Amino acid sequence: MRGKFGDRLLHGYTWLIIAWLTAPIAVMIIFGFNDKKSKSNTSWQGFTFRWYRELFADSSLTEALVNSLQVAVVSTVLTTVIGTALGLALGRHRFRGQGTSNFLVFAAISTPELVMGASLLSLFVSGNTPRGVVTITVAHVLFSLSFVVVTVRARVVGLDPSMEEAARDLGAGTWTTFRLVTLPAIMPGVLAGAMLAFALSIDDYVVTSFVNGSTLTFPLWIMGAVKVGIPPQVNVMGTLIFGIGVAIAIANAIASRRRT
Amino acid sequence: MRRAKAAVAPYLLALPAWIWFAIFFVVPIAAMASVSLTTGNILEGFQQTLSFSNYADAVGQYHVQLIRSLIYGGTATVIMLLLAYPVAYWIAFKGGRRKSMYLFLLLLPFFVSFVLRTISWGFLLADDGILFGPLKSAGLLPGDFHVLATDVAVIGGLTYNFLPFMVLPIYVALGRVDPRVIEAAYDLYASRWAAFRKVVLPLSLPGVFAGVLMTFVPATADPVNARVLGGTGNTMIGNIIQTEYMTNNDYPTASALSFTLMAVLLVGIFAYARSLGTENVLEAAAR
Repeated sequence: MRGKFGDRLLHGYTWLIIAWLTAPIAVMIIFGFNDKKSKSNTSWQGFTFRWYRELFADSSLTEALVNSLQVAVVSTVLTTVIGTALGLALGRHRFRGQGTSNFLVFAAISTPELVMGASLLSLFVSGNTPRGVVTITVAHVLFSLSFVVVTVRARVVGLDPSMEEAARDLGAGTWTTFRLVTLPAIMPGVLAGAMLAFALSIDDYVVTSFVNGSTLTFPLWIMGAVKVGIPPQVNVMGTLIFGIGVAIAIANAIASRRRT
Repeated sequence: MRRAKAAVAPYLLALPAWIWFAIFFVVPIAAMASVSLTTGNILEGFQQTLSFSNYADAVGQYHVQLIRSLIYGGTATVIMLLLAYPVAYWIAFKGGRRKSMYLFLLLLPFFVSFVLRTISWGFLLADDGILFGPLKSAGLLPGDFHVLATDVAVIGGLTYNFLPFMVLPIYVALGRVDPRVIEAAYDLYASRWAAFRKVVLPLSLPGVFAGVLMTFVPATADPVNARVLGGTGNTMIGNIIQTEYMTNNDYPTASALSFTLMAVLLVGIFAYARSLGTENVLEAAAR
């Protein structure tokens, strides 16, 4: 009897935590429809679609969003290729430098973002490197690399090596075996790593704030506007990114359920 | 022929990542170490003097913010642990067929930018915002009541932002607990509480360890929550490092501060690993 009551209590508690975690998302979505007249967007003043119509009215905000998307796409592609390669090497082979590789992967994940950003700035300052989209992309590849490696390595380790042996026994070369057997088998891990890399990139503020020079990304633009007031377009863009992300995640979940 | 190929393959695969880590991770950390021992300023240039005075100066000047960051990060981590454990427990053991739905709901905040999420909390907690505005006009709260720009706002923000990182590892560890072990405890006349304390809790400690690792470090070093939700009295070490780099261009002090922060966090992690009896931090983190 006490057990049943305890379960009900925990069930309600879990929903309470979920409500707490999602409350700010609801606020973000709702205030994208706020017909605000004053400068601040913190009190409800009526419903409007105006900010959806005038989504790109602020050209600097639009530019920041475009920068963010560009950096996210380029860094995700680079990270996925480089990270998948190292993940394969670590999961499948024994070689010198394996321990060092594992250590670097762990060290890069556990280094505070702040320290990573600061050290990259030290490098770029000493090398007189002009800071902008390129340095931001380089930094984003660095901090998402380890996550892709870990995700792919986990998938590779769980793979049955006899499939690849069978392919080779049937006369397939190294590249053919990789393309037709290994890659399809590790694809879920690669895709998960790529999605993680994209999400980390588009969300990053701390590291980017060190290496951006005068270029602004979406999170940096928002932080810059905090003290003067966030325009409702930011809420709309956040809502759209949220909607697209959730749609992709749900589609992915449904697709993987069909496959199994 | 094939043997030679197989021997070269892992090196070719690892090479691009090695180059990236070497140029953009190892070298920069070394560069920062070097800069932290220089003296000078941005206009006249910095000379390498191998002096540790930057460290003494930086800690002397900013120990208040450093200690405050550790207190904020530590408090937030403890609160997260207390909040997250029951959630992870319930989903792992009672979630049934809806496990993945609950996990998905817990991860929803990650589809919204970190910065934007924190600002939304600012909206909710604003002095005359949708939460306190009506309560104040109804006379239920004094007119000068405020949460923003207090310790509570910043610690609450940190707790909110990193909570899912605490739930997930604990959930994974609990999911690996074999139900038969718990049944065995009941068969040996353990009470519900005794079974939890003696069987489930010890088995979930690796998850707790990973969760603390994943939340304490970023929470302590976070500059966003203090800036958005805090006031001038809530500045954290992250904000100081940012200002020293970006506004004051005082690279030696900023580098020394970054290293001090990293050293303090590392010492904390290893001391904590020791006390939990985890022999190898790397291994625990990999699990």
